Amino acid sequence: MAVVTRGFTGRGRVDPKLPPGQYLTEDFPVLSAGPTPRIDLNRWKFSVVTETGQKHSWSWQELLALPAEDVTVDIHCVTKWSKFGTRWHGVPVDTLLADVETAADYVMAHSYGGYTTNVPLEDLTDGQAWIAYRYDGEDLAPEHGGPARLLVPHLYFWKSAKWVNGLEMMPEDSPGFWESAGYHNYGDPWREQRYYGD
Amino acid sequence: MARAAILRRLSWQAASIAEIREETDTARTFVLDVAGWEGHTAGQHVDLRLTADNGYSAQRSYSIASAPADDRLEVTVQRVPDGEVSGYLVDAAQPGDMVELRGPVGGYFTWDPEELDPVLLVAGGSGIVPLMSMIRARGALHSRVPFRLIYSTRGPGAAIYADELRRRVRDDRGLDVAYAYTREVPEGWPRPAGRLDAALLTAAGWPADLRPAAFVCGPTGFVEAVADLLVAQGNDPSRVKTERFGPTGG
Amino acid sequence: MDYLDGNMLAGALREIFTVDVTTAQARCAGCGRTGMVAQTRVYEHAAGLVARCPGCDGVLIRLVRAPDRAYLDLHGTSFLEMPMP
Repeated sequence: MAVVTRGFTGRGRVDPKLPPGQYLTEDFPVLSAGPTPRIDLNRWKFSVVTETGQKHSWSWQELLALPAEDVTVDIHCVTKWSKFGTRWHGVPVDTLLADVETAADYVMAHSYGGYTTNVPLEDLTDGQAWIAYRYDGEDLAPEHGGPARLLVPHLYFWKSAKWVNGLEMMPEDSPGFWESAGYHNYGDPWREQRYYGD
Repeated sequence: MARAAILRRLSWQAASIAEIREETDTARTFVLDVAGWEGHTAGQHVDLRLTADNGYSAQRSYSIASAPADDRLEVTVQRVPDGEVSGYLVDAAQPGDMVELRGPVGGYFTWDPEELDPVLLVAGGSGIVPLMSMIRARGALHSRVPFRLIYSTRGPGAAIYADELRRRVRDDRGLDVAYAYTREVPEGWPRPAGRLDAALLTAAGWPADLRPAAFVCGPTGFVEAVADLLVAQGNDPSRVKTERFGPTGG
Repeated sequence: MDYLDGNMLAGALREIFTVDVTTAQARCAGCGRTGMVAQTRVYEHAAGLVARCPGCDGVLIRLVRAPDRAYLDLHGTSFLEMPMP
């Protein structure tokens, strides 16, 4: 049983609206497993690749030209901090998948810098996910995943891949970076699915 | 045949704050009581974990400041801006308060008193802490290994252990200390405020052909710049040991 | 400059191993560079501890801690060389 340190409160508050085991924070912690990629917008490319090898790509200008929306969501990090009412602006993944033909059920999100995370296709559609490029009214900062990141707020935030550059359709599920390191394959904060086997 | 030591995994254990000493405006030394403490090697650190009533916990690593020969374990903590753990420790903690501790750990950044090569210590800000453990260890052993410390801080008021360092330069033979003040300098100081540079390393350090053992500790950027300078001066990279605290200095 | 050095892994690894692994030599499975674990680049502000090769930035070690178990991934390390008594 942990020793409680008198008078220590730290940055976390408990709130009844939080998923189990989470603490509310006012700041926006930066978590990263590696160096922050610096991407030239002239070379930035986002691709959706199907299981048959069909590729649909967008340049930065093309992404910005797509219909986008403002979204306000609560986010939950597996390291226990949560933030209510975060404001993003981005393109729904539904829009990017509109002309994509796939029979695959799973998706691997890929990022500049090599990060990956796997998400079932049905968790990225029907208004559940975005490619976000603005946060809190400003361009998304590199340390928070800019120029663009995946945003899938109903799962733990490690699934919202920073520096996203593609979605790969997979007929069979395969674990991404943290999923293959001991984190849960799906990651539902409301069922507290943090670690492998939870 | 020597009996093999019984090796055990380390785990978190309760520690109580026995005493708190003010070192500077923003730094405090904590004397900790830890049951079964078996001592440490100069340069090692401990991890401290604080848990709030609501279960929220945070942990940080802090270098051990005391000499291995001392009875009591001491760590020195510098408050960093917005520091969740250092802010509590420096501003709120009181003798009698409990924390959790894991350690001592870290076999790399340690000083071996059996090595006779001269030692260069370069500290940036709170990076002085593990190097002070080495200086104190040297003093307790009456070691004759020559030590030179170059200590970079914002100004004289920010230097931790300044009085003790002055006393040791006087009493522990073979210790020299030079300061690099980056923002404010005392009246009449020969060197204007500025970063530690190659010229000061040359003036206050050891020539590379003496093959000194170098220990550099402080924020990541400081450590990398100094390590690069030492290698550029001809020191073998394997003789330059570094401990980076990260941008916030711990 | 958002990484620390491998020295910062010492406590976490010492809960698993009965010896200090930070003084072991590790060979990067990516680029073949061999160096001390204490000299790797550690990203500790992450969902777990990640130690990367100072040469190629490849991941050498990952450690995820759950309350009652640890997941240790060493597949990015082709070997750890540890002195034996």
